Amino acid sequence: MSTAAKLRAPGWYRAAISVPLAYLFAMALVTGIRALYGWEVLDWSAIGTVAMLAMPLAFLVGIGCFTYWFDWALGNPTKAEDHSSHGAHSWKDYFKVNTDHKVIGIQYIVTTFFFFILGGMMAMLIRAELAQPGTQFVDPNTYNGLFSVHATLMIFLFIIPVFAGIANFVVPLMIGAPDMAFPRLNALSFWLLPTAGVMMIASFFADGGAFATGWTAYAPLSTETPFGQQFFTIGVQFAGASSIATALNFLVTIITMRAPGMTFWRMPLMVWAQFTTSLLVVIATPFIAGSQFFVLLDRALGTHFFTAGSGGDVLMYQHVFWFYSHPAVYIMMLPGFGIISEVISTHARKPVFGYRMMAFSLVAIVILGFTVWAHHMFVSGMFSWLRIPMMITTMLIAVPTGVKIFSWLGTLWRGVIHMTTPMMFALGFITMFTLGGISGIFLAVVPIDIPVSDTYFVVAHIHYVLFGGSVFTIFAGIYHWFPKMTGRMYDEGLGKLHFWMSFVFFNLTFGPMHFVGVDGMPRRVADYSDQFATLNAIISVSSFIFGLSFLIFLYNMVASWRKGPKAVGNPWRAHSIEWQVSSPPPIFNFDEIPTVVGGPYEYGTPGAVHAVFGDKKAPVGATPAPAGGGAPPPTQQP
Amino acid sequence: MRRRHPLVGVVLLALVASAIGIFIVMRIDWWPSQASSAASEIDTLYDVLLIVSVPILVLVMSVVLYSVYAFRARPGDMRDGAPIHGNTRLEIVWVTIPFIIVSALAAYGWIVLSDVEARQSNTLTVDVTAQQFAWSFSYPEQDQIKQEIKTNQLVLPRDGHIRFRINTKDVLHDFWVPHFRLKSDAVPGVTTDVRVTPTERGTYPVVCAELCGIGHATMRQSVRVVTPEEFDDWVADQRQSESDGGVAAAGGDSAAAGKQIFTDTGCDGCHALADAGSTAAVGPNLNDLTADAAKYGKRESLDPAAYVRNSIVKPNDFVVPGFQKGLMPEGYEGQLSEAEIDTLVQYLLSVSKGGQGK
Repeated sequence: MSTAAKLRAPGWYRAAISVPLAYLFAMALVTGIRALYGWEVLDWSAIGTVAMLAMPLAFLVGIGCFTYWFDWALGNPTKAEDHSSHGAHSWKDYFKVNTDHKVIGIQYIVTTFFFFILGGMMAMLIRAELAQPGTQFVDPNTYNGLFSVHATLMIFLFIIPVFAGIANFVVPLMIGAPDMAFPRLNALSFWLLPTAGVMMIASFFADGGAFATGWTAYAPLSTETPFGQQFFTIGVQFAGASSIATALNFLVTIITMRAPGMTFWRMPLMVWAQFTTSLLVVIATPFIAGSQFFVLLDRALGTHFFTAGSGGDVLMYQHVFWFYSHPAVYIMMLPGFGIISEVISTHARKPVFGYRMMAFSLVAIVILGFTVWAHHMFVSGMFSWLRIPMMITTMLIAVPTGVKIFSWLGTLWRGVIHMTTPMMFALGFITMFTLGGISGIFLAVVPIDIPVSDTYFVVAHIHYVLFGGSVFTIFAGIYHWFPKMTGRMYDEGLGKLHFWMSFVFFNLTFGPMHFVGVDGMPRRVADYSDQFATLNAIISVSSFIFGLSFLIFLYNMVASWRKGPKAVGNPWRAHSIEWQVSSPPPIFNFDEIPTVVGGPYEYGTPGAVHAVFGDKKAPVGATPAPAGGGAPPPTQQP
Repeated sequence: MRRRHPLVGVVLLALVASAIGIFIVMRIDWWPSQASSAASEIDTLYDVLLIVSVPILVLVMSVVLYSVYAFRARPGDMRDGAPIHGNTRLEIVWVTIPFIIVSALAAYGWIVLSDVEARQSNTLTVDVTAQQFAWSFSYPEQDQIKQEIKTNQLVLPRDGHIRFRINTKDVLHDFWVPHFRLKSDAVPGVTTDVRVTPTERGTYPVVCAELCGIGHATMRQSVRVVTPEEFDDWVADQRQSESDGGVAAAGGDSAAAGKQIFTDTGCDGCHALADAGSTAAVGPNLNDLTADAAKYGKRESLDPAAYVRNSIVKPNDFVVPGFQKGLMPEGYEGQLSEAEIDTLVQYLLSVSKGGQGK
């Protein structure tokens, strides 16, 4: 290929050229308009704002996310999808736009773990600063930037998208589909993510430091702080667009592409969880996009959405923000619920207890999740009557959540429990999430919330819910599907070491935060009163060991992926469809389309199968709990 | 004899463990000391929540641990568990019981909330104004206060029914007195309203609990609760000090008066000054102020005292290199009297070192 053709072809070269061009375009546009108005022509922050919108889009165009659609729109000959790019033959293929859901799944997972590591290192810096009172390592502005970027990366670049990544890999396989419904949209959803992540990190290099208003970016602080804030305001738009696009993709895939016989009541709970999560994402995410666009307009165009006295309403920001960000908590939790149902049922060799109630409780959480946003605002000065209904709905969410916890316990009961690493993380999740749920009840009760809101009690609560909750489910899911994704087995010994180290030091890190919080230590402070020094020193030391435990995981994943023992198709003897194909799965998932003949968790019923392949007829009398011969489920395994 | 269901053993185990757990959590001294009438009611509610929560957590953990102990697969065990798909009666139970528990707790929480927020007569109104990064207070003219008092130190009479009206000059802040169990955001464009009845004499921290910028962590002042008689004396003193320039409060000792103004105004929230025991690093370090004032003052052609004075009342005229413009709030000219500013300037120049350092 000639050099010119290489530069014109979609890929990194074209991206490397188009990004600086986008900056020049932003410069020309802003300077031109200002010149026409007769203003001072150079305004770097205006150029920066336009560039922040233009450069990521230019990157996406350059790398080739829009190639097909542009060709189609312009009437050029489109390159029909011949699936020649499916699968990844070397590590380099993961750095290209690829429409294979399995490749995209891996791309998502590796990218999000990269941002998880960065966010974790920021947490280590935060704990280093907090190890003793006073200022030691970072000045207050940098500190505020560190916890803001830490939270933003963990939420928008790790927990939310890593679930999308795991589901990208397994959900099409679980429902017997050859791919996602919109493979090109799927690729675009992925490539939006690293652009958002790079933006968040880049804010540290902005004049005045990184955005330092927390991940909540409350106005009017966020409309007044230096330029770094805009990396959040705009970065969130790209992360949000990625979420919405991928959620739509999941909804259409799950509704329209299930294998024959896969009724809604035969779907594995992982699929149910992804379905309900996607509903939440599609309905809620536009609200955070709206709130940040208002902030952007206030900052860039001098509007007064959040300027009191000019018709603006400061509390409106919080209402719109939490109308997304509370459902976002469930966006970060429901997929984990799905993973845990798969893991516990498979490794305890028992059907999920109360399958239908498990699905109904997911739906109940989706609905109730939209009725509780203002419990983040009990001390915000909003109209006070709203606090009581919000307290009641918040506490009612404990009911469907309790149904899930008790049903998992029911699943364990009289099972045959294999204490594999994913199972241990699942059990760790159940206990830690229960504790996080209980502190959530405390926070829901208005008279308790008044003294403890905005303290370390809240920091403890969210880490019990998002680390002891979500991240433990992520680890469970990664270990559980590692053989399927990579075709190799991870090391059980290292996995268990990872579990115990993270379980113990997780508790020693976040447990004591409940005490300092109730005792009066506010959150988001670089410096604190001497009375909290001892516990903070303990917390910091624990957090460093907790951080180290992640290295064990990382080593295990990298070493096992490269040199681990080969995995068989179905190492866990699971029933769901993704385990009935080879590990890793064939390029087109299924050489024969499966037919679903029963429920996904028929453990303990001799000969029961979830799906059969090819034109084999379903066993006679197949029902959701089918009887049948004693033959093992037919697979494509040699 | 019928064999006992294994669940009975687990429940018994959970009961014993719950009793121990409740004993432990009740022994923990969770809260700051109680200094308001709301505190004991809120703390009791918290104890009830703890007592209800411990058995729930313990039950979940017991079932997990017992299952791992009793149902664990032996090596090479290829069996499946029992094909149990559910139990409608059990599922109804674990929907109903949590529903009853949370409903009861919500009702109890509601009752406590209306108690602690009940309106009382004979209130003393205090206006609280937040700004980056200090609090100021004003006692508008009312029954007990013959003439409006503006101050940077919050003093409250014990057993008085206080009504705070909270405002902010800039961004969101949050007025929090942990010992009162009271917290409310200060919202631009809105006056928030909270009530408290202090019950214990003492000095308690006033903390900003809503991220408000660089100086958030050190935006702390204090509230002094005194007896009603002491409060009346203080009110009289305030009127006195209005007329003689504010130095009287510290008994004529201008260094002590200067230090008091420094801490009361919240200067120590941002500026390090060894004499006042402050190490904050939000704004320029004032330990070398005399030298800095000479250096930067020359640049601005001001003598050191005029430079310091100008830096207080018009902080954005000249910003020390390395710091951001607009960081220090304006408006101290209105908050402090001329005499107070003079006292503060003299104090700062007298306690800061003359030369070394930056």
